[in-house]
Amino acid sequence: VKQAVEHSVPDRVELRIPCRAEWVALARLAAAAVANRLRMSIDEIEDVKLAVAEACTAVIQHEHHGDFIHLTCETTPAVLRVRVHDSGRHGAHGEDGQMIDPGEARIAGLGVFLIRTLMDEVSYDVHPQLGTDLLMVKRLAVGPSGP
Amino acid sequence: VNVRQGPGDCYVVDLSGEIDVYTSPKVKDAIGELIDRGVYYLVINLEKVRYIDSTGLGVLIGGLKRVREHGGSVNLVCTNLQIKKIFDITGLVKIFGIFDSEDAAMKALV
Repeated sequence: VKQAVEHSVPDRVELRIPCRAEWVALARLAAAAVANRLRMSIDEIEDVKLAVAEACTAVIQHEHHGDFIHLTCETTPAVLRVRVHDSGRHGAHGEDGQMIDPGEARIAGLGVFLIRTLMDEVSYDVHPQLGTDLLMVKRLAVGPSGP
Repeated sequence: VNVRQGPGDCYVVDLSGEIDVYTSPKVKDAIGELIDRGVYYLVINLEKVRYIDSTGLGVLIGGLKRVREHGGSVNLVCTNLQIKKIFDITGLVKIFGIFDSEDAAMKALV
């Protein structure tokens, strides 16, 4: 019971990196360390690592990115929630001139395919003034074990 | 990135470490320089690569497209299961020849 109460509030790890290519490795290693803390399998850790890297890379490659990428990892015993926030202005137009989902535009191509394949849930939270959040969820394939 | 000449017209590109948005431009330059010199048969050895992301895959795909325009080919050497998984889920196993050894990748080029 005590353990359940202790885990009722997710643990949160936050990292802010400059929006530059040389810092993506730090973000993916931090996310991998959090996944490891959750006792995820090697495969699951690699999935998280790649998905976070793809999300950060997509921000960096976007024309209107902000100065920093804010990575937030929230953990409960069997779930890892990752938020990749970019304060840049997003808004892209499709070939027909219509606005397309700013989040989707941010991680277009092979990167978005990998993120959607490797993570259990993927969604966007778009704030016109504050930037864009990419939210990703990874659940432990087998339940949590040990302390 | 290390480039060395193989048998005949073939060159081997040895990659190591992590191929990501920061490091992939170096790989792109190395492969691009070979193709600019008229090398259209490449073996890219990923044996010492620990990690690759979509930017790295993009560089490999770009190289393959360029050599194919000249009737050439690119084969990969890869035994790392995590990296093979990325090639699997992206469907790239269908466009690259992926081999467990450099010898096999070389022989399959010609």
